[in-house]
Amino acid sequence: MKALSLRQLCKTYNNGVQALKGIDLDVEEGDFFALLGPNGAGKSTAIGIVSSLVNKSSGTVTVFGHSIDTELEAAKSCLGVVPQEINFNQFEKLSTILLNQAGFYGIPRPVARERMEYWLNQLQLWDKRETISRSLSGGMKRRLMIARALIHEPQLLILDEPTAGVDIEVRRSMWEFLRRINEQGTTIILTTHYLEEAENLCRHIAIIDEGRIIENDRMSTVLRKLHTETFVLNLRGPLRGTLSLPGYRLTAPDETTLEVEVNKEQNLNEIFVALSAAGGEVVSMRNKSNRLEELFMRLVEGRDVGSGQPTAPPAAQAGA
Amino acid sequence: MSAVPPTRTPGAVPGSHAEVTMAANMRRARRVGFETIVIREFSRIMRIWGQTLVPPVITATLYFIIFGSLIGGRIGQMGGYTYLQYIAPGLIMMSVITNSYGNVVSSFFGAKFGRHIEELLVSPLPSWLIVLGYVAGGMLRGLLVGLIVTIIALFFTRLHVEHLFVVIAAVLLTSVVFALGGFVNAVFAKNFDQITFVPTFILTPMTYLGGVFYSIQMLPEWAQAVSKANPILYMVSAFRYGFLGQSDVDVGFSFAIMTLSVVVLFAACVWLMNKGTGTRE
Repeated sequence: MKALSLRQLCKTYNNGVQALKGIDLDVEEGDFFALLGPNGAGKSTAIGIVSSLVNKSSGTVTVFGHSIDTELEAAKSCLGVVPQEINFNQFEKLSTILLNQAGFYGIPRPVARERMEYWLNQLQLWDKRETISRSLSGGMKRRLMIARALIHEPQLLILDEPTAGVDIEVRRSMWEFLRRINEQGTTIILTTHYLEEAENLCRHIAIIDEGRIIENDRMSTVLRKLHTETFVLNLRGPLRGTLSLPGYRLTAPDETTLEVEVNKEQNLNEIFVALSAAGGEVVSMRNKSNRLEELFMRLVEGRDVGSGQPTAPPAAQAGA
Repeated sequence: MSAVPPTRTPGAVPGSHAEVTMAANMRRARRVGFETIVIREFSRIMRIWGQTLVPPVITATLYFIIFGSLIGGRIGQMGGYTYLQYIAPGLIMMSVITNSYGNVVSSFFGAKFGRHIEELLVSPLPSWLIVLGYVAGGMLRGLLVGLIVTIIALFFTRLHVEHLFVVIAAVLLTSVVFALGGFVNAVFAKNFDQITFVPTFILTPMTYLGGVFYSIQMLPEWAQAVSKANPILYMVSAFRYGFLGQSDVDVGFSFAIMTLSVVVLFAACVWLMNKGTGTRE
């Protein structure tokens, strides 16, 4: 079953801005789905429409088979939303916020109390349950919004940049948590600017730009479209000889670092052989940027990706 | 896994046992949702009691002392009752009007301003139930303050009740009308100035000129005609009729106006919520 289905979804704001220009998107039940795009691409508008915070101009939205036009209550019951910005009453205690939210979903108070305890424990906020939410740290506020979105145990959880502004430790613990609830059956749609996050967590990806879906496939398939990767090689010391690598684009930020761009037709062995010949000793190697980040930039900048046309091989430059 | 069963599983047979059960669950869920809004509103009233309950009590006490005891003694009788007995229903009604309106306008606008209105908007509660919840909150505060003002009035005078049902019906309907009015104000308000504009420049003058402190029969004919365009006059008059058995206007007509106001305002509120005016982009 499809957890979410968008058909020809359009949104034009009163000021004339066309935020969505006919989006078609399907998210399967149980999936962990990344919805990516630059600022102003239309991600939050799409999420806003699905969660009834933004009126659509045209098109259809169904959540687990329930149309938001004809079965809005049923569609909303299936959905939990973690918005980008803080939207709980900052003068209320955590327990009050969760119990109220449970009540809005029709969950009787005794059941709501049990669930509150469970989710606050899961998100390491139980000790803070009687704290006024305003005094929480940024990471805790994010976790509180996740607990609130899960209090009615939705089948589809939408997270709009849930880890924005939180430290790496909290971010990683959130990743673990999201992975766990996805494994337990909750479908998750994630928007994020941390592309490493999307690559690590998500199985499917859609990239939205200027109100249109420009990529929508399995994460692995999309990543395969990345035609070139740039590797950063750290050398033990400066090269003793001249490096000869025809067809490779090389740059040397300093005398012990070498950046080499490798396309699909090339291989790393040639680089290591040439480096050995030049007296170089590689002590470590990493991708210059996250693969998805690289792909994302090329897609939204309109550069050629996966066209099968290799980049023009420049003359090899000598490192160091 | 969802807490609230869908209203109808895709493909469920209309009228089937499954659908009847789902409908019952939905009713239960809505009841819980409504209760939650009301409890939240009541908690808010009690949490900020210094802003919600104390000021109207002080104001009413001053009115009773100044207009009732000090000035009222020199005014003499009105319609066979002391001035204090005459204005007491008006003062009670004034506090109900102000507080029913004020609670909804400040609570709903505060929720919009703090964005936690989104908690309700993403929930499966239908718009009409959200409106009802806020209206019930406004009524709670209006009636609570009205009750306190009534108790204060009893320290100054004896309140005779001629028609108890009329008293109850008039105060309930008036409370609903102004709670709904506060909701409309909050929906359109874009800043805090706009939620104080209506109470200060429209509601207060209309209340003062709505026969709280005098009978419109004391006014020249043209002023009586103008006063009859003020809906608050009908509410105050109906309420006073319940206590004293006398009214400036026809009581049946007063109830017709109140009922019509409730229906029109409620429909407007639900329409505005469904449309997303002031709440959705």
